[in-house]
Amino acid sequence: MSAQTESPARPGPDPEQPGAGGRLGSVWAVLRNSWRGLTAMRTALVLLFLLALGALPGALLPQRSLNQTLVDKYFTDYPWLAPTLDRLGFFDIFAAPWFAAIYLLLMVSLIGCVLPRTVEHAKALRAAPVAVPRNLGRMPHHGRAVLDMGIDEAAGLVRTRLRGWRSAEQEDGPARTFSAEKGYLRELGNLLFHLSLIGLLVGFGAGKLFGYEGQVIVMSGGGQFCNTGILGYDSFRAGLRVDGTDLTPFCVRVDDFQTQYLANGQANSFDARIGYQTGADLAAGDVEQWRPYDLSVNHPLRLDGDRVYLLGNGYAPQFTVTFPDGQQRTGEIQWRPVDMGTLLSEGATKFEPPGVTNDEQRRTRQLAITGLLAPTSSGGTVVTSVFPDLLNPEVAVDVLRGDLGLDDGRGQSIFQVDQSKVDSGQLTRVARANLVPGQSVTLDDGTVVRFDGVQKWVNLQISHDPGQNYVLVFAILLLAGLGLSLTIRRRRFWARLTPADDGARTVVEVGGLARTDRAGYGEEFDRLRADLLKSHSEATKDT
Amino acid sequence: MLAELALYSDRLFMATVLVYVLAMVLHGAAYAIERAPAKAVALVGAGGQDAAPIEEPVEPPAGGRAEKFGGMALSLTLLGVFLHFGSIVLRGLAAQRWPLGNMYEFVSAICLAAAVTWLVVQRRSAVARPVGLFVLLPVVILLFLGGTVLYAPAAPVMPALQSYWLVIHVTAITISSGLLLVPGMLSALYLLRRSGRLAGIADKLPSADALDRVAYRTTIVAFPLFTFAIIAGAIWAEAAWGRFWGWDPKETVAFVSWVIYAAYLHARATAGWRTGRAAWINIVGFAAVVFNLFFINMVVAGLHSYAGLG
Repeated sequence: MSAQTESPARPGPDPEQPGAGGRLGSVWAVLRNSWRGLTAMRTALVLLFLLALGALPGALLPQRSLNQTLVDKYFTDYPWLAPTLDRLGFFDIFAAPWFAAIYLLLMVSLIGCVLPRTVEHAKALRAAPVAVPRNLGRMPHHGRAVLDMGIDEAAGLVRTRLRGWRSAEQEDGPARTFSAEKGYLRELGNLLFHLSLIGLLVGFGAGKLFGYEGQVIVMSGGGQFCNTGILGYDSFRAGLRVDGTDLTPFCVRVDDFQTQYLANGQANSFDARIGYQTGADLAAGDVEQWRPYDLSVNHPLRLDGDRVYLLGNGYAPQFTVTFPDGQQRTGEIQWRPVDMGTLLSEGATKFEPPGVTNDEQRRTRQLAITGLLAPTSSGGTVVTSVFPDLLNPEVAVDVLRGDLGLDDGRGQSIFQVDQSKVDSGQLTRVARANLVPGQSVTLDDGTVVRFDGVQKWVNLQISHDPGQNYVLVFAILLLAGLGLSLTIRRRRFWARLTPADDGARTVVEVGGLARTDRAGYGEEFDRLRADLLKSHSEATKDT
Repeated sequence: MLAELALYSDRLFMATVLVYVLAMVLHGAAYAIERAPAKAVALVGAGGQDAAPIEEPVEPPAGGRAEKFGGMALSLTLLGVFLHFGSIVLRGLAAQRWPLGNMYEFVSAICLAAAVTWLVVQRRSAVARPVGLFVLLPVVILLFLGGTVLYAPAAPVMPALQSYWLVIHVTAITISSGLLLVPGMLSALYLLRRSGRLAGIADKLPSADALDRVAYRTTIVAFPLFTFAIIAGAIWAEAAWGRFWGWDPKETVAFVSWVIYAAYLHARATAGWRTGRAAWINIVGFAAVVFNLFFINMVVAGLHSYAGLG
């Protein structure tokens, strides 16, 4: 993984084999050769291609980590293909073993290349620049002139001009030679880039191991959530090292949620005024004090390593059921948006009959109110929503009575009734109505179902990623290293001073070599040459 | 007032496309009358066999006229860049936000970045003007698509895009994409020049070596910027979506493009890969960028679906 060096430091396969040593020797040779093969640049290139190619289906095929619904749809659409793809991990590319194999090999290859190069560079930083070649005329950049000054004066000139270069001076009989090199920062940047990349990946992985991410719906108007355990969440994704017993303690309360929409229905702003209590507040017993915060998109709440985000919103209709015996029950549970443009929502609000202790009886008299909620109804006989804001709410609901299946021990969606109970006749429709707030419908047994109004809810995400600050630091270092390694040029310069005319004059030969690809060293060399040789230069050539 | 500004912005956009097309025509004319030195010699040789000496051309040498047309094309490109910039600035004023909020604005700005890159590149290096024809071609095609298929009226953006990170992240992505367009084309021309096919067109191009060198130099400017843009995007995603990296389709393809360009830089330092294969990788890299721009925004649903295409 060493970028842009004229002479790749990665060793190629070496024909030289250990002569003796028998079986142990040949095992050693195999090991050594596979190590060399793995750390060779060509292998790194192939692995880079595999990485790019392997990641691509992650963008083209639906991924479980992003959208389970789309994956399910893919299974229904391509039943002949999906199971095979699934077995190969194509719906979880970034967790697939073969993808991990590619990037782990790449990392090993990278480390195998970068560590030796770090050692090499550390040595080079201490070593003297390479001695002057015998024939400077053979260098890609060179020049020669006879100066009207003694060798000491000429040497002083060279010394002054080579300030800022790492240089060495040597006596060579009567002659004097200078060798100089510049641009060590390039390799340093290169190494910094690659080492930071390793650091970044380690930070990324650690964040995944020790982090968690949970989502929870909280009612506006005073709904609360406390980060005490996994059960508080609607959905929770934990890292491998998270068991949910040690979450950062804090509580949030959603006081008010405001939305603004443009005339065309596009959202313009989402704003939740919330209160929160930190772990320290809770430990100190300040349970009545709430710190105010304005939670909005792009403006999360950051608390002791956890972050609270406002990710979504929707509506929860409130229904009050008055049973024949006069008892009332009020239900308010979130319905889910089915049309993100108009926030037309669907859901099911479920009721248990009050005061019925006999389970058999109870299971014949459970109620569910299910259907559609339009925040801004068109006002027609078929309820549709024309605008996402809560301007003219109306619900179109079926009231179902019977066994909701809540006692079956199976989990069921909060947004739907158990369709199998409807199919088997255990749950039957007893009323159908379109209601605006305040309107009610009376069932055959005298039960009254009233639509009271609509409350807003917000979808909060709580994230915890202990690795992300490290990732940021390494990303910045990586960028700095990349900048250095791509802008700085590594180049060498040599000068040989030979006395002529009994020391009255000095023959100065200079030569230069760019050590990096397409370095554009020519102009700098020309300036150096002009400064040293003035206009005396002759026989120069540049490539 | 704002509606008027939006209208002027659209007019300037059309004028820009027109001026670029005109510049292309002039480049084309310069290209047509310019003679490839090697080819000309061969023609003289072939004519000589029929013992019909070529007449001295009466008109001034074609080289001079080609030069003139080429210069006019460049001046027009410069004019186009000014109009283009004006169109984008007015758009921002009309929408009262940073003018990079939907696909139309994004594509337009990428084209501006590419045109500016081209003007800088041709000033600073030995690549001859005729290449301008091949750089303006994708620019004009993209602008045409932007002005027709992708067009969206000036309007505010959704809450997730209301952040100063839009200015940082999207501007950096835009400029780096525009920068990458030029080496993508140059590498393609390099391969054409090297293959020896289509000699009638290819022989008038600058030397393969020059094309390759300029492609590399432009890429190493674009790559760190592209890297920065991805990092800035990750920082923004952390604030907006709750995680800095989540393998959203756009993020995934940005990662793929980044890896391809990393492979390009490594290929430049690997014996046997330095020239032809590296050029291919550069082209594939730009293809990935274009794929990310169009396919991921318009076909695949993801968090980056801000295209405004309803």
